[in-house]
Amino acid sequence: MEITKNNFIFLYQETAALTKRLFIQLKRRPSTFFAGILQPIIWLFLFGALFANAPKDFLPGVDSYGNFLGAGLIVFTAFSGALNSGLPLMFDREFGFLNRLLVAPLASRLSIVLSSFFYITILSFVQSLAIMFISFLLGYGFPNFYGLGIVFATLILLVLFVTSISLCLAFVLPGHIELIALIFVVNLPLLFASTALAPISFMPSWLGWIASFNPLTFAIEPIRIAYSANFNLDLIAFNAPYGDLTCRNCISLLFLLTILSLVIIRPLLNKKLT
Amino acid sequence: MNQIQIKNLSKNYLDVKALKKININIAEGSLFGILGPNGAGKTTLLRTLATLISPDEGTIKINNIDVIKEPRKIRELIGYVAQEIALDKILTGRELLDFQADLYHIDQSNKLERIELLINQLDMQNWIDRKCGTYSGGMKRRIDLAAGLLHLPKVLILDEPTVGLDIESRNIIWGLLHDLKKDGMTIILSSHYLDEIDKLADTVVIINDGKIIDQGNPTQLKSKFGGDRIILKVREFSDSLESEKVKKILEKIDGISQIVINASQGYSLNFIADRDKDLITKLKVELAFSKFKIFSLSQSQPSLDDVYLQATGKTLQDAEIYMTGKRDLKKESKQSMR
Ligand SMILES: Nc1ncnc2c1ncn2[C@@H]1O[C@H](COP(=O)(O)OP(=O)(O)OP(=O)(O)O)[C@@H](O)[C@H]1O
Ligand SMILES: [Mg+2]
Repeated sequence: MEITKNNFIFLYQETAALTKRLFIQLKRRPSTFFAGILQPIIWLFLFGALFANAPKDFLPGVDSYGNFLGAGLIVFTAFSGALNSGLPLMFDREFGFLNRLLVAPLASRLSIVLSSFFYITILSFVQSLAIMFISFLLGYGFPNFYGLGIVFATLILLVLFVTSISLCLAFVLPGHIELIALIFVVNLPLLFASTALAPISFMPSWLGWIASFNPLTFAIEPIRIAYSANFNLDLIAFNAPYGDLTCRNCISLLFLLTILSLVIIRPLLNKKLT
Repeated sequence: MNQIQIKNLSKNYLDVKALKKININIAEGSLFGILGPNGAGKTTLLRTLATLISPDEGTIKINNIDVIKEPRKIRELIGYVAQEIALDKILTGRELLDFQADLYHIDQSNKLERIELLINQLDMQNWIDRKCGTYSGGMKRRIDLAAGLLHLPKVLILDEPTVGLDIESRNIIWGLLHDLKKDGMTIILSSHYLDEIDKLADTVVIINDGKIIDQGNPTQLKSKFGGDRIILKVREFSDSLESEKVKKILEKIDGISQIVINASQGYSLNFIADRDKDLITKLKVELAFSKFKIFSLSQSQPSLDDVYLQATGKTLQDAEIYMTGKRDLKKESKQSMR
């Protein structure tokens, strides 16, 4: 694409239209949106109850399991949303609606990808805020302003990373059945193999190794620490078997992964979209 | 002046040769019909024109712009209405048009005006604000056509726009195409309906099995026959041996030409007979002499179907039935997914 003022306005116009379509769909079919909020809240209740009678100092640094769990659930919600972001695209492919986009003189077909990014990012922000608010009502605290910034920065990176993979899969896999199957297989195991539900110190060493390479962990730990009053980026986020990682380390790693995934999917999207 | 030039166009899908060295020129402002049975390659040809498929060989130019090299410029010029209508069930018709207008970068002030105009032209006022998921086949066709026309394309490409439609929707679409053509738009239209092409098109190509069989204007093509079309049966279900014998007899009669045996209609004999009062009598005498009875004999003006039959030995309808059995539609739709 040539970078001209017109092209830029066109890119904006088409991206806005594509994003708007996704939001209209959401508005008229909001069930998955609410399910996305409800599910983590149910977990919060149930897991909180499950460990209600655990000894006071059972988890280092927090008063209750609910406190510990919040960060994991926020990340899980954003992660699931992003993982599913390829589905609308897959349906567009299957129903031929994508052809409508492909015969249009789009300034750049990147707008198809951008609109998904915007949509999922906003969606997961709203969902996360809802979860944070409810967990606040349950007495699990709320991050300060700085902490909140870190929460959202971390979520954006994770969402970009996962969305780009999901969009890629939506082009590569043969149909929505396969995509849903893959999402199904990946979703929960990745959650369990992260520090969402338990700290690394609770895990056998093999799982600890896996968890400390899991991108979800890189997102969960900074957010967990963002909840503490005296947050700063150089606090140790978690003790990986290969050494201690600070929040800064975690976020940088996440950033790196995101860039890497964007670089890797670019040629594929180019091929599929020209 | 030829606005569209298609040269040596070929396209294969794995083992299927869908287009075989197609050459077509289309004049600006004309209504160009593509006629052919199922699986002839019509959609493949139109999708290539619409920049959705890249050909294996050959070139296409529209307004001297290369379709393969500069697809974005081409996309601005053309409106494409696909054979399968893909609407978003959740959007209303108006929202869909609005969406489409933004994809074509129509500015805000023109947008509403264009949308209103098309709603009126295609008579969609009563249901335009309902969700697309509730539309009937005819409504879907109309909204899809409106979407293709929003940006006032120079060339409109329609893949079987009236297939399966009720009379009302069909007439509305025909009327609009007529008006668009009057305004100078070039229209390319594929169809299996002979009457549709006959009525609308200035020029028609007949394609079969990826090849062009014949092209010209409909009257020209039909007048090539210079006589009446006759279908003769000596028995309700004859066989090839018998028909060949009858064919030999017919060949000897002056004024009978272009004899084709149509195997799928009980080996009936199709031929053209000069407009000569005595010819049929002569025919009857000759057949009686060789001890053949006449089971049926029908006489009609030649139609485009005859052009087709003459070239392939099959009627359009039979070719259709034959192809339908051969295709794996599921597999095709999987493969045409992008
Ligand atoms: N995606 C595909 N993969 C494999 N073969 C295909 C594909 N699309 C079309 N074909 C084959 O190419 C040939 C031409 O198909 P095409 O869809 O262009 O025909 P058509 O004239 O549009 O038929 P119809 O009247 O049924 O729409 C057929 O033999 C068909 O089976
Ligand atoms: Mg077709």
